[in-house]
Amino acid sequence: MKLKGYRRPDGRIGIRNHVLVLPCSLCASETARFTASLVDGAVYIPNQGGCAMVKKDLEITLEVLSGLAANPNVYGTVIIGNNCEGVQASLLAEKIREKTNKPLETVVIREAGGTIKAVELASRYAAQMSREAGMLEKEAFDISELILGTECGGSDPTSGLAANPVLGKVSDKLVELGATVILSETSELVGTEEVLAPRCKDEATKEKLLRIIRENEAHFERAGESLRFGNPSPGNKEGGLTTLEEKSLGCIHKAGESTIMDVYGYGEMIHSKGLVVMDTPGQDIASIAAMVAGGAQLVIFTTGRGTPTGNGIVPVIKITGNAETAQLMADNIDFDASSAITEGRDMEELAEGLFELAVQTVNGQKTKAESLGFNDMSLARECNFC
Amino acid sequence: MYGCVKLHEKDTVATAILPITSGEEVHYRFGGQELTVKACTDVPVYHKLALVDLKKGDVVTKYGQKIGYALQDIPKGAHVHTHNLYSTMPKEASTQEE
Repeated sequence: MKLKGYRRPDGRIGIRNHVLVLPCSLCASETARFTASLVDGAVYIPNQGGCAMVKKDLEITLEVLSGLAANPNVYGTVIIGNNCEGVQASLLAEKIREKTNKPLETVVIREAGGTIKAVELASRYAAQMSREAGMLEKEAFDISELILGTECGGSDPTSGLAANPVLGKVSDKLVELGATVILSETSELVGTEEVLAPRCKDEATKEKLLRIIRENEAHFERAGESLRFGNPSPGNKEGGLTTLEEKSLGCIHKAGESTIMDVYGYGEMIHSKGLVVMDTPGQDIASIAAMVAGGAQLVIFTTGRGTPTGNGIVPVIKITGNAETAQLMADNIDFDASSAITEGRDMEELAEGLFELAVQTVNGQKTKAESLGFNDMSLARECNFC
Repeated sequence: MYGCVKLHEKDTVATAILPITSGEEVHYRFGGQELTVKACTDVPVYHKLALVDLKKGDVVTKYGQKIGYALQDIPKGAHVHTHNLYSTMPKEASTQEE
């Protein structure tokens, strides 16, 4: 199947054409915001990290920030550094260059002579990129070049009954067509070992998967919590969930039933085709950020209670199986799958509808969150990686 | 009015989408077919009911996959929950104790 997108010099294909103004740290974030506000087509990332971090967190932050710049929906990037932060502008530029050869400029606030001079310089770079980006023409690409991130949040009993099974069918179809689908949120995978391990393509992949689950549990244990005991919770049981397998299946179902080809670290660039797992926290925004950094051009998000979530770089399609949510949050929900429950409508039919919406979104139709200009961003840290 | 949802061809349980009363004919739709199951117990909304007669020790299937084992014989149309379905997941004792 042919879709239309923007071919990047590194060979990847984007479905949006943003100029990214990327602050190295929280100290550079406001300067980045001023800069992006001056330039049409520019987005900035509110960065709340980038400094005062342990080594592991510095690595995670560099991985994600460089991944955001490398995301194919980005035409080019203007890095903004303060001067003294842990994520040094030169270090970030180097990391971005390891991932992509797209347009890249760097402005350091101290070197430029303060915020106003830095904004002048950075906005000129960004405006130049915006003009160049406007010259690009879309070209046809095969759907196998698409990377879909899947996410769920604000789940309720309808999530497992409609939204996740419908998205699961779309995920399976994409994998069949040669594309890549990401299953995220490691904390949701605790308890799925028996289900997911046999679905891994080989022993090495299985070991990687079991390792990220063990490490995630260890994070919780260090904080004095357990994901496994007492799960499903009394509230889950009252809601009709009996076993941990059942609860987990309701969630992982959204990524379909394909073979797991590989397991990636938080924000690591994805090179595989087929279904892959990424080690992300259960917090939706930080999970989406990592999949975007991994190269996902599109995210589909299932929700029961409803969520406004959007991302500045990648369209996030939101789907619910809860008829009330679809109505109450019509400004935020893109696809209503509740007829699977209320009318016994065929999941296949609904999946076709969602697939069609995904194709339209790839080809340029804005999601609800995009039309509202949403730009949610959160980066996970090792010390609160749960 | 549909009363439950079956999610996968292989499933031996369905999920109630309305509160179900014992003796009720519960309608559902799967693979384009109109189907019914007669409830033999009450089933709260979003809880499971058996679509087939299950023997003690049988695998119980939802989403086309195993969600646990029948702790006792479970007749078609009965509520399936912690009293008659258990998990053998390692380290997960919570459901089996109840």
